[in-house]
Amino acid sequence: MIAFSVNGKAQSIDADPTTPLLWILREQVGLTGTKYGCGIAQCGACTVHLEGAPVRSCSIPVAAVAGRSITTIEGLAKDNKLHKVQQAWLDHQVPQCGYCQSGMIMAAAALLNQIPKPTDAQIDDNITNICRCGTFQQVRQAIHAAAAA
Amino acid sequence: MTTVLNPTRRSFVLGGALGGGGLALGLQLPFGPTAADAAEGPAQVIRDANGFPEVTAWVVIRPDDTVVIRIARSEMGQGTLTGLAQLVAEELECDWGKVTTEYPTPGQNVKRARIWRDFATGGSRGIRASHEYVREGGAAARTMLVQAAANRWNVAASECVAAASVITHTPSGRSVTYGQVAEDAARLEIPKGVKLKDPKDWKIAGKPLARLDTLGKLTGAQVYGTDLKLPGMLNAAIRDCPVQRGSLRSFDATKVSRMKGVRHVLQVGTSAVAVVADTWWQAKTALDALPIEWDEGAGAKASSASIAFRLKEGLTASQAFTGNSNGDARGALATATKTVEAVYDYPFQNHAPMEPMNATARYTPERLEVWVPTQNGEASFAAATEAAGLPADKVEVYKINLGGGFGRRGFQDFVTQAVLIAKQIPGTPVKLLWSREEDMTHGRYHPIMQSRLVGGFDAQNRLVALHMRLSGQSIIADVAPANLVNGMDPLTFQGLYQPGEHGFGYTVPNLLIDHAMRNTHLKPGFWRGVNANQNAIFLECFVDELADAAGADPLEFRRQLTVNHPRNRGVLDAVAERIGWSKPAAPGVYRGLAQMKAFGSFVAAAAEISVTGGNRIKIHRIVAATDPGYAVNPAQIERQVAGSFVYGLSALFFGECTVKDGRVEQQNFDTYESMRIRHMPKVEAIVMPTGGSEPWGGIGEPTICVAAPAVLNAFYRATGKRIRSIPLKKHGITFA
Repeated sequence: MIAFSVNGKAQSIDADPTTPLLWILREQVGLTGTKYGCGIAQCGACTVHLEGAPVRSCSIPVAAVAGRSITTIEGLAKDNKLHKVQQAWLDHQVPQCGYCQSGMIMAAAALLNQIPKPTDAQIDDNITNICRCGTFQQVRQAIHAAAAA
Repeated sequence: MTTVLNPTRRSFVLGGALGGGGLALGLQLPFGPTAADAAEGPAQVIRDANGFPEVTAWVVIRPDDTVVIRIARSEMGQGTLTGLAQLVAEELECDWGKVTTEYPTPGQNVKRARIWRDFATGGSRGIRASHEYVREGGAAARTMLVQAAANRWNVAASECVAAASVITHTPSGRSVTYGQVAEDAARLEIPKGVKLKDPKDWKIAGKPLARLDTLGKLTGAQVYGTDLKLPGMLNAAIRDCPVQRGSLRSFDATKVSRMKGVRHVLQVGTSAVAVVADTWWQAKTALDALPIEWDEGAGAKASSASIAFRLKEGLTASQAFTGNSNGDARGALATATKTVEAVYDYPFQNHAPMEPMNATARYTPERLEVWVPTQNGEASFAAATEAAGLPADKVEVYKINLGGGFGRRGFQDFVTQAVLIAKQIPGTPVKLLWSREEDMTHGRYHPIMQSRLVGGFDAQNRLVALHMRLSGQSIIADVAPANLVNGMDPLTFQGLYQPGEHGFGYTVPNLLIDHAMRNTHLKPGFWRGVNANQNAIFLECFVDELADAAGADPLEFRRQLTVNHPRNRGVLDAVAERIGWSKPAAPGVYRGLAQMKAFGSFVAAAAEISVTGGNRIKIHRIVAATDPGYAVNPAQIERQVAGSFVYGLSALFFGECTVKDGRVEQQNFDTYESMRIRHMPKVEAIVMPTGGSEPWGGIGEPTICVAAPAVLNAFYRATGKRIRSIPLKKHGITFA
């Protein structure tokens, strides 16, 4: 059994310790907001926070998170209030198909934790997620809006 | 109502070749009852799954005034769901704040004589091909609601007005809400020929409203196909023959059958093997360990070089299908004072939607149910029915949210696979999910194409002739050969064709555009923008070459060729003005232009770029104009245009699937790259609907085609180097 916490809730999971965290979250914890896009840490659709830092959960074995705390997209809003990044995403109508947006939002939220008012260059350096619909223009606007909120 | 379906499989083909646009599938549907069989008498109220009355097939109204608008097309990010709802709501005169939407199922559509018509969502047709009948559905419902209120008050309907879901009897001031009269309205006969509003009077349609489907995408709540959970469900991972059109020879299940979670190792069709396990990760892990022998077939001999060689031969072959011609191009070129010639090429590309292909199926001999993110619910239904070998009335398909589509989810290979797996495990729901690697190597690829262009000038430097030869794949020949026109694939000529949704946008006195069809074992598909993508690069870069040969400014040269094409010229002028074409660019900044008509819309782009070290491109600014005739949601159009540049520029810079030993070499996003936010240029969209009586244009695809040529033309101005082979990465050129 591997114990860790997800969105503040303790989890104890029976799994092959090499199983990627992504699949533990999706198939055993039952939180499907975190998405599979590539499995090789390229696209970022699987981004979650590990102790507050953005990580690509498809490439982290579950054994590596034993005793640690994870936040997924489902845990971002608090007390039924959208996180400021989610609110900015809503106000700026960012998502198209939406599949990559869980990861994009988690990456943006982590960026704002680290750099409250990022420049365009800092956004470019830190947001490396792939969006095939091409929402980047709105993503940038929404990050700036969330930073100002 | 229950209807027994005719079990004989009379079938029909949906859509013509060009008329079918981007997703012209030779769709074989089991024939449902005739319209007469399905006639729904005026006294019979049809109810939705929750028992609420259907006023027309497009509108259900609940007692609490909630308006449920039925959407037949699939939402995959392009905004069609919201746009179609706006059109219905506009005519319905309902309160937009009370609107919600639902997908009718393909099975219901078959049972009800296709009352919701076409479910296919491709070719940028979601709105443009259905706006009339969905608006009529809203207008008819409004008329019935008003009549029901008038009947209740025993007054003339002409004395009543409807606004924001409230009907008011003007002389008396009495009022009633839609929810209060919906039951009565649903019993009335559906009126025909209700007059539609003039778009000038639109209050909901035509406005930049927020999408209806955003919130669930921000919280992880939205359920995509990959997220579906059913009681007792197992998960499947699949591997199809790595060489397309090859087959499965054997596999050794004993090597993996005792691995943790593994339940079944199954042959799927003639060319694939699947592992079914408790979790997908277990299934995928076992599949990776499974020994498999393939019969790779003739395709295994193919390579990028061998395919390119065949296409090159087609550039000068004597036999070719003529798509568009006037005058005598060959004769005029032979006598021209000066000729210019160039050869271009465009590679295979993968759609790569963020959500890999998937479908979930539960089979028993009495009932097949399929849950699938699909661009064409009816095609999914047909594929599922065929794979199950069940009569249509024992099959149902439920559409689930799509994590992108871009044309790939118009194909149904993954539906067939899911059903073939489920059929071997009766009663157990199975979710089939492709790995990204499976998705990359089993695509329906952007057609590979080469083009040789020859232009001829007279002594006054006027362009007198153009011959454009295409050589490469035909999508229709592979997907729906019955839709070829005497062997010709009209879809190949998107943006180059005779007048129509893909009409050629220039006047040249002697013109010949023809296609030497050279098909490959790699399967072609409708890839967002489809053939307009390569055709615009070939044509619009070559037009710049011609302008140079004539000593003319690229804008002025195009303006002269578009004298008879005012809407082409309109979008061209719009981007030229916004980018400031008449004034010099900033030092070190260079500009390029492109224009085309595609999917019924006129599109143009102007790019401003700088180049450092001869190979690092910084795109400072893109201006893109779109004239779709009518604009249903300008805010969503702007987003589609910006997104189109990500798709088109990703293709220009990175997009190439190469072939070795018959296999696609790129397996994931590390080798098949896609733009990130650091590459994203500023895109300024000009939405300029000019109205009129021509068919409406589409939005999701057209602008993609002008992205690459605008940048390539600017690159030439910056470097003097003309790139005629895509993508840029193979020339060592990338983003700054």
